[in-house]
Amino acid sequence: MNKTLLSAAIGAAVLGFASAASAATLDDVKAKGFVQCGVNTGLAGFAQPDSAGNWKGFDVDYCKAVAAAIFGDATKVKYTPTTAQSRFTALQSGEIDLLARNTTWTVNRDTALGFNFRYVNYYDGQGFMVPKSLNVKSALELSGAAVCVQSGTTTELNLADYFKANKLEYKPVVFEKLEEVNAAYQAGRCDVYTTDQSGLYSLRLSLAKPDDHIILPEIISKEPLAPAVRQGDDKWFDIVTWAGFALVQAEEFGITQANVDQIKAGSTNPDVRRFLGVEKDTKIGTDLGLTNDWAYNIVKGVGNYGEVFERNIGASTPLKIQRGLNALWTKGGLQYAPPVR
Amino acid sequence: MTDHAIRVSSHREPKVSPINDPKVRSIFFQIMTALVVVLAVWFISHNVSVNLARANIASGYGFLAGRSGFDIGFAMLPYSSDSTYGDALVVGLINTILIAVTGIFTATIIGFLVGIGRLSKNWLIAKLCTVYVEVFRNIPPLLVIFFWYSGVLSTLPQVRDSLKLPFSMFLNNRGLAFPKPLWGEGTYLIPITILIGIVVTFAIAKWAKKRQMRTGKQFHTIWAGIALIAGLPILTFLMLGAPLTFDYPVAGRFNLSGGSVIAPEFVALYLALSFYTAAFIAEIIRAGIRGVPKGQSEASFALGLQPSSTTRLVVIPQAARIIIPPLTSQYLNLTKNSSLGVAIGFPELVSTGGTTMNQTGQAVEVISIWLVVYLTISIATSLFMNWFNARMALVER
Repeated sequence: MNKTLLSAAIGAAVLGFASAASAATLDDVKAKGFVQCGVNTGLAGFAQPDSAGNWKGFDVDYCKAVAAAIFGDATKVKYTPTTAQSRFTALQSGEIDLLARNTTWTVNRDTALGFNFRYVNYYDGQGFMVPKSLNVKSALELSGAAVCVQSGTTTELNLADYFKANKLEYKPVVFEKLEEVNAAYQAGRCDVYTTDQSGLYSLRLSLAKPDDHIILPEIISKEPLAPAVRQGDDKWFDIVTWAGFALVQAEEFGITQANVDQIKAGSTNPDVRRFLGVEKDTKIGTDLGLTNDWAYNIVKGVGNYGEVFERNIGASTPLKIQRGLNALWTKGGLQYAPPVR
Repeated sequence: MTDHAIRVSSHREPKVSPINDPKVRSIFFQIMTALVVVLAVWFISHNVSVNLARANIASGYGFLAGRSGFDIGFAMLPYSSDSTYGDALVVGLINTILIAVTGIFTATIIGFLVGIGRLSKNWLIAKLCTVYVEVFRNIPPLLVIFFWYSGVLSTLPQVRDSLKLPFSMFLNNRGLAFPKPLWGEGTYLIPITILIGIVVTFAIAKWAKKRQMRTGKQFHTIWAGIALIAGLPILTFLMLGAPLTFDYPVAGRFNLSGGSVIAPEFVALYLALSFYTAAFIAEIIRAGIRGVPKGQSEASFALGLQPSSTTRLVVIPQAARIIIPPLTSQYLNLTKNSSLGVAIGFPELVSTGGTTMNQTGQAVEVISIWLVVYLTISIATSLFMNWFNARMALVER
């Protein structure tokens, strides 16, 4: 047996018989009646099951928005918890329809891995957290430190680049699962924890004494976190992209979960009427392969982008993350939706 | 067969229809089986290549030459983020082999002691060994690893409260730091003298055996061997003027800097696999020794052999024949179980391969490399053990 054949044979185990799943994802999803969404194994504020076992979080709400757009029912989602390593295989193999797991959009993932990204649901950057007792004020003082990091992430690569560029020494302590990295940091196996800043805020909450740890000011990378789908199904890609843009557009219009019915009934603004699918002869939804009230369903189901943000990770939550880069473009942020028309 | 051939030549065989002819049938079924296997392989590989192409996933082994960009905490070879993915896999492979070799060595010693201990006439020793075997062989290896990592090693003091041991060694929850020897000029001669010592010892052993066969006189080969293998290098070292200095670990701002460190991940995996596999080896040893009939040692006593000589020359060689084949399986198990190191962040082959797979997305290729490597290691181990078994096997005259 030659090498290609061997590797191909083995690959079958990984890829399974994905032919059925990758052809027309929307039809498959409609047929089975739910969206299979890949999320984090547990990152407070982004994706975490609550005490009753219901998944909650920023990424989870995005999955719900997609379900609402398709079914008009935000609950028609099933979640697959994925690790940093298992997430790509899960998506490639067709095990999940959609990956919403704080995944950084990079050119490598967009091309060689066979994924598509377009809508960035959170603009993030990599940071460092250290115990206050170490008296560190800047990441540039970290020479000689042991750094805990999750394997197979862009974080791991940025870390190596940053320390190399600044000629600093460090000792990587690498684990596959987030929980293991957390445990190692708490046990003092390493001095520094590095991941996306949003993740650090989330992680700090889960520590025994959150106030004993500080997040350093340096942001060493760009981490546009974006939902991903497989290449080769443009229709499905369009749906998940526009579900995200609809969240942002709704915030821009000032449409909330609470007032959406009222606006739908009373608005005279043609932009808003088109967005909510009440303009006459609109094809706003049917072109996507959905019903015309898909955007209405999203807002009705999960609210607008601002609401999703505030509910899960915003100032009123324990995470207290500022909107920052994730404010609307009209308020100096980067969240910008192309026109829905 | 011969009967058959004779019959064919003397009688005319009655004509059978091909459907009932065993020869035709067996050929038919073999062809069918081969066909099914070939078709299955073709179907699977075709399916994968079509799906990879459809999903626009790059394929091939070219990625191995790319810059890896990630660091590895525990590398026996020089490795940095500028090294290639291929280097990362090699570093992982070396760590896997390191765990396998040290683990097999230790597990064999512990297993041997415990196995003999279970046969001891001392009640306490026998029971303690029984408890050991029953405990370790009934816990999944992953839990044993977690036990050592989280239960034992992470309870060591924090780095800033390191335990100070003699010889400038420090013990903390980040491992054992010890002075790193820096070899000076000319020290390459030392391994050469060790090799010379080993070769000469073998020659002496051969000569001594011949002489004993001829004249019955014994020669203290062991002492001569120790003198040669240990003495020669020490002599060379002293003659070179003791060119050895140490790099001592000192407390830095975050970590101990300088010296060498044995990481707790390595120690946890090494101890866990050693203790776990030792429980199985102990049972194999016990079975092997029990498998030698009592008459053998009685006959040996009757011939006037000492109990120690009886064990060494009569019981062990016969027990070895029973022990070696199942021992091989345990060695292979230990090697394969080393892949569990990924759970505690020990950078062995599965860990570095997993990172590579994730950074490059080449799942099919990396998994094929894993399979080929583990297969190669396992086949090499079993070839060696088969050779050893053949040497130990009963030579019938």
